[in-house]
Amino acid sequence: MSQDYDVIVIGGGHNGLVNAAYLARAGLRVVVLERRHCVGGAAVTEEIFPGFRFSVFSYVVSLLRPEIIRELDLPRHGLHILPLESTFTPLPSGDYFATWADPDETRRELYRHSPKDAEAYVDFGQLMVRMAMAVKPLLGVTPPDPTSLSPRQLRGLLTLGRHFHSLAERDLYALYKLMTMSAADFLNEWFECEPFKATKSASGVIGTFLGPRSPGTAYVLLHHYMGEIDGVFRAWGFAKGGTGGVSEAIASAARRFGAEIRTDAPVAQVMVKDGHVQGVALGDGTEIRAKTVSCSLDPRRTFLELVDARRLPEEFVAAVQRYKFRGSSAKVNLALDTLPNFTSLPGAGRHLRGSISISPSIDYLERAYDDAKYGRFSRRPYLDIVIPSMLDPGMAPPGKHVMSIFVQYAPYAVEGGWTDAQRGALGDAVIDTLAEVAPNIRSAILHAQVITPADIEQTIGLSEGNIFQGELALHQLFFLRPVPGWARYSTPIEGLYQCGSATHPGGGIMGAPGRLAALQILEESGRARAAVGGGRAPL
Amino acid sequence: MKHTYDVIVIGAGINGLTAAAYLAKAGRRVLVVERRDVLGGVAAPDRLTTGCQVSPCVHDVGWIPRQMVRELDLTRYGFQEMTDGWLVAAARREGGWLTLSDDVTRTAASLRTHSQADGAQWPRFVERMAQLAGFLEALYLLPPPRVSVQSMSDALRLLGLGRRLRGLGKQGMVDLLRTLPMPVAELVEDWFEDDALKGTLAATAVKGVLQGPRSPGTAFLLLHHHVGARAGMFHGRSRVRGGAGALVGGLTAAVTHHGGEILPAVAVAAIRVREERCRGVTLADGREIDARLVLSSADVRATFLHLIDPDHLDPAFVQAVRNIRYRGATAKVTLVLSALPLLRDFKGEGQSPDRLPNIVSIAPSIDTIERAYDDAKYGQVSQVPYLEVAFPPPGDSSNARHVMSVLVQYAPYHVRDWCWDAARRDALGELVVNRLAELFPHLTDVIVDRQVLTPRDLEATYALTEGSLSHGEMALDQILFMRPIPGWAEYRTPIEGLFLCGMGCHPGDGVAGGAGRLAAAAALKTP
Amino acid sequence: MQGAAWRRWAGYVVASSYELTHDREYAAIRSTAALIDISPLQKYRIDGPDAARLLDRVITRDVSRCAVGQVLYTPWCRADGRVLEDGTVSRLEEQRFRLTSAEPNLRWLHQNATGLAVGIADESETLAALALQGPSSREILSQLVDASLDALPYFRLTPACIASCPVVVSRTGYTGDLGYEIWLHRDHAEPIWDALIEAGTPYGLVPTGLLAMDIARIEAGLLLLGVDYISARHAVIEAQTSSPFELNLGWAVSLEKPRFVGRQALFEERARGSAWALVGIEVDWDALERLYTNIGLPPQVPTVPWRTSVPLYARGRQVGYATSGCWSPLLKKSIALAHLESASARQETVEMEVTVEHRRKRALAYVRRLPFFNPQRKRA
Repeated sequence: MSQDYDVIVIGGGHNGLVNAAYLARAGLRVVVLERRHCVGGAAVTEEIFPGFRFSVFSYVVSLLRPEIIRELDLPRHGLHILPLESTFTPLPSGDYFATWADPDETRRELYRHSPKDAEAYVDFGQLMVRMAMAVKPLLGVTPPDPTSLSPRQLRGLLTLGRHFHSLAERDLYALYKLMTMSAADFLNEWFECEPFKATKSASGVIGTFLGPRSPGTAYVLLHHYMGEIDGVFRAWGFAKGGTGGVSEAIASAARRFGAEIRTDAPVAQVMVKDGHVQGVALGDGTEIRAKTVSCSLDPRRTFLELVDARRLPEEFVAAVQRYKFRGSSAKVNLALDTLPNFTSLPGAGRHLRGSISISPSIDYLERAYDDAKYGRFSRRPYLDIVIPSMLDPGMAPPGKHVMSIFVQYAPYAVEGGWTDAQRGALGDAVIDTLAEVAPNIRSAILHAQVITPADIEQTIGLSEGNIFQGELALHQLFFLRPVPGWARYSTPIEGLYQCGSATHPGGGIMGAPGRLAALQILEESGRARAAVGGGRAPL
Repeated sequence: MKHTYDVIVIGAGINGLTAAAYLAKAGRRVLVVERRDVLGGVAAPDRLTTGCQVSPCVHDVGWIPRQMVRELDLTRYGFQEMTDGWLVAAARREGGWLTLSDDVTRTAASLRTHSQADGAQWPRFVERMAQLAGFLEALYLLPPPRVSVQSMSDALRLLGLGRRLRGLGKQGMVDLLRTLPMPVAELVEDWFEDDALKGTLAATAVKGVLQGPRSPGTAFLLLHHHVGARAGMFHGRSRVRGGAGALVGGLTAAVTHHGGEILPAVAVAAIRVREERCRGVTLADGREIDARLVLSSADVRATFLHLIDPDHLDPAFVQAVRNIRYRGATAKVTLVLSALPLLRDFKGEGQSPDRLPNIVSIAPSIDTIERAYDDAKYGQVSQVPYLEVAFPPPGDSSNARHVMSVLVQYAPYHVRDWCWDAARRDALGELVVNRLAELFPHLTDVIVDRQVLTPRDLEATYALTEGSLSHGEMALDQILFMRPIPGWAEYRTPIEGLFLCGMGCHPGDGVAGGAGRLAAAAALKTP
Repeated sequence: MQGAAWRRWAGYVVASSYELTHDREYAAIRSTAALIDISPLQKYRIDGPDAARLLDRVITRDVSRCAVGQVLYTPWCRADGRVLEDGTVSRLEEQRFRLTSAEPNLRWLHQNATGLAVGIADESETLAALALQGPSSREILSQLVDASLDALPYFRLTPACIASCPVVVSRTGYTGDLGYEIWLHRDHAEPIWDALIEAGTPYGLVPTGLLAMDIARIEAGLLLLGVDYISARHAVIEAQTSSPFELNLGWAVSLEKPRFVGRQALFEERARGSAWALVGIEVDWDALERLYTNIGLPPQVPTVPWRTSVPLYARGRQVGYATSGCWSPLLKKSIALAHLESASARQETVEMEVTVEHRRKRALAYVRRLPFFNPQRKRA
């Protein structure tokens, strides 16, 4: 039977697009099928209120892999990341804590809160740089299966083993601690300044259903240091034009390599025959045929909705059902008439150009988590705020601003469900929290949009609204992600691959799953060399 | 007491005595010095429990490895394991009990009355947990695995573990690797639906740690506490005829039989170090005793911060010692009773109706424990703590009294805005008795005496840093090659001739004599 | 055009030079007197019965041999004998000391204070410091202080009073010349600065920035943390660290002391021999001039001190690197501080890389003992 394409990529989120770009670059005929009217998935920019443009869901670019930027030549396709250089934490005491782009200045600020911490910051920084170097190879490699005895898997294990063997013993221990400890405990070994520890550990709980005192949250502390060793210095940033700008750039690159991208093309079914994928059927009944289908949706959507579960091994289905999503974050997008004025650092200073973190203490975050554990949204949530119009004035009418507020915790399984009233109450809790440190915020709001985990699920299809397509918890990482034994992008159905954030190395606008899945698909079809094309071979 | 020995062992707890017995058996001249006037450390009886074969600290000495019993020939000194039936009653929120026993079929039948599915799952769960715990069991009989392979013997040891791991089969391996870092709540939720069953299983995992059932890594603790237990038993392990005291007695006899000396009521003031080598100890009364080897079963922080002049230690090492998380979270209440109380609505599952269960576990749901943990997280005693009541086996001694030994989780050592004093201690006792009285009608009428040990008391009486009954929290980052301190996991210390042999070392708490046995082996290797 | 007007120092911004060029300021250090704000230094007060014991645990020199009123220059190390920092220890009273350093050390001091009866106070923010350096410094200071400075020997201190404000004057400095450092409360900094300028102007006192001080300290062979060596605290890899022996500070290591942090490692290193040595490098003028004249240019020297890593060669192989250097206006030489492999440090000459008109060349250079300049008046 004739094939319409070599590969069908389901979902036009950033991973789907990256996946398609790499496959097209290797000469395959690729089509991307996106359900919505625009590509980007969670990385979209939309004009929600006239003149005000928002990165509706995902709002910062953190770990976009530099090899992807280089290999797909994204800056040529319009990618421009503007640095978010500072983090400002207003405190209930009327003081604030901030980290600045300049390390000396950050140390002075730490010194103001704790002289000992200013000193520990140096040792800590060195350790984290070494840890980031140790972990970096893991992000660029398909996880070997430690339970397999096949020579290829053993070789992969051996390579990883050698890599870790080359680390100094003390670094191995530190890495192990980082993987197993809670952010709070790990930071307690070094620091005493509460807002510093809280703001740092907040990054460890983003998108998880864990608190800063939950073991396993220390690991994410590394991400901030990762950019520094990665050839993309100051990688923590805001994409010009919003995160949709990132998706557009990748889509443009994919098209240039010959990929076709169709929007308003929802896939209803993955067609399977005799254990082999045949193609997909669209919502309107159109069938598109291809021997390979690469799906960037999360495993619940993929295996419990698009694929007939009877065609999958029972154990596999059980494992997919066990896979934890538990979305825990919400988003509030504000159109502002004026900038917020913080009591602790008044005026339109440079602190508004960075991220603003409402995370005064570990206890504050932990109590926010307690609410979520019992099915409520946090009465006083952790907020991570950016004002993109400070960096990219094109996001709002002149003189006006857009504010993006990431909110945690807002559990998907909130008691009573996400009704309009509940959504409104969440919005109020967020504004109240912010108004305590920036009282003018209420009068500055022109429009507000509150996005609950249920809204995320409904609009962009992320199950339970989990922004990482499944929790980044220790038992759902690396060779255990998403399903033990199926962490290498392939699936029990021949020709069907996964390429979304639910696969290693996970979520955030990283693009690594899309790239690694593409390399895996190409390797299994004998085209690996074409893909990396002169670039450094992955570990 | 002589002036010179080959080895001095500090502390006559189970690990100290075990180490001493192995060393004495190997022909070393051994002296054990114990600060208290009773032997046994946390397993020691006290005035309240005389004749009751229960220590006020622990109601379970943990797994007693068969290897140790054999190697030290403990049966010769009267040591005997009990094999009679074992019954756990777990409280249900709506009243009534869930009964768990070491008879898998019977337990399954009992579970079926509340949930068909749980009853069906139970035998599979028991089998899977036994399999996973079996892997830990193998791990616990060996020194901790090394992270870097430097010698052939390291490689062989890893190979052996690898083989054992592969022996679990593909599914077993995946399960093990997936299970260890999980929250115990998720693990039991994967298997079961009944709140009381999930609650009581999850509760066993958080004993002794300042973590809740929703904290990642607590699934490991469920397995850890299950090592060496009979299949299906999650609330207690080896039982010795004659209780913990009998094990202490057996070990004591083994030490003296091999020529070792044990001195109670002798406190060590300092470990003497000269030219970075251990030379012996100085006693509190100023006497000096020489020995080329010193093994300390005191906890690691007590050993290094109180017994050794920090001049001899690298500040980075001292910092690592300070970084060990102790933070005791458990209190113990011992009630002496004039008569055994009745357990409300307890039917005994076909046994004689008046038979009390061995363990009563009061954790009606996972959320109850999680909320109990929430209190502790902010430095408060749980308003509704997890209570685990143990009734010691009937004693042989004629003056035996009835005793209830109650573990209270959480009562944190680190409290906020208040401190542990007599009033707080009494308040805790009241809280516990009131809660128990709801389940044991007439309990208050039969209480003759009551002892409450807060974490502060445990620290003061038993020299347990921060009241930690496990000499440092058993958490994923403080086990195996990370225990007690990364880089110093093999019982050696930066001071030549000084070894650690307490629970602070691998394999930690819950393995009677586990650390002592491995530490003695390490010490015997020094020329 | 010269270096930027401002330079960063431990999170402060300080003057590189007060005029557009630093020439007059350097000249003042060596011929009259210079006044330098050195307040960004970290200062710790350590007191209590075990104060001496704590310091003895931390630093490599022997505190028991430090009399009240004496100042010691000393490095301190990690347990592996790699240098964390160098600084000074002043014995203010029998049980009271002051430690100065370039970077924060409070946590390190606390980590070492286990079991000791000692108080550690961070005075970095409250205590200001001014350096009065140069041949006329004694005459100027004598006008202002009640104490007799003639009796104050090198590396000794005395309490005194300037402009009715209590200060401590120590005969120390970072220029290798006659000079004093004045330790004062920050609230008194301005009146004391003004009093010094007023009293010193007739003697040619010049407010001086870091560029001039940098030249002076290179001439004096004094190390700069983060430039001439990297603290073990900042090092990412082992190879970036140094031992005191490798920094030419073996004289400041009291291996006779029974115990201090790093002793064992240093003891072993002394027995084994060190891998590196710190030396002075003096570029041969003729060789340098030839490199320029060969391409038709007059010889050039840098106008400001430099602090980049410059390779040193012997027989075609790189044997070390210079870390900072300058044209010494006084000695009329191009000089540098450098790390050399021990074997090469014993040789008389090496070759230093010089970039001449965009091309890398090598010029003959002499291996010198430090310091390059050491006037009698410094100690007299």
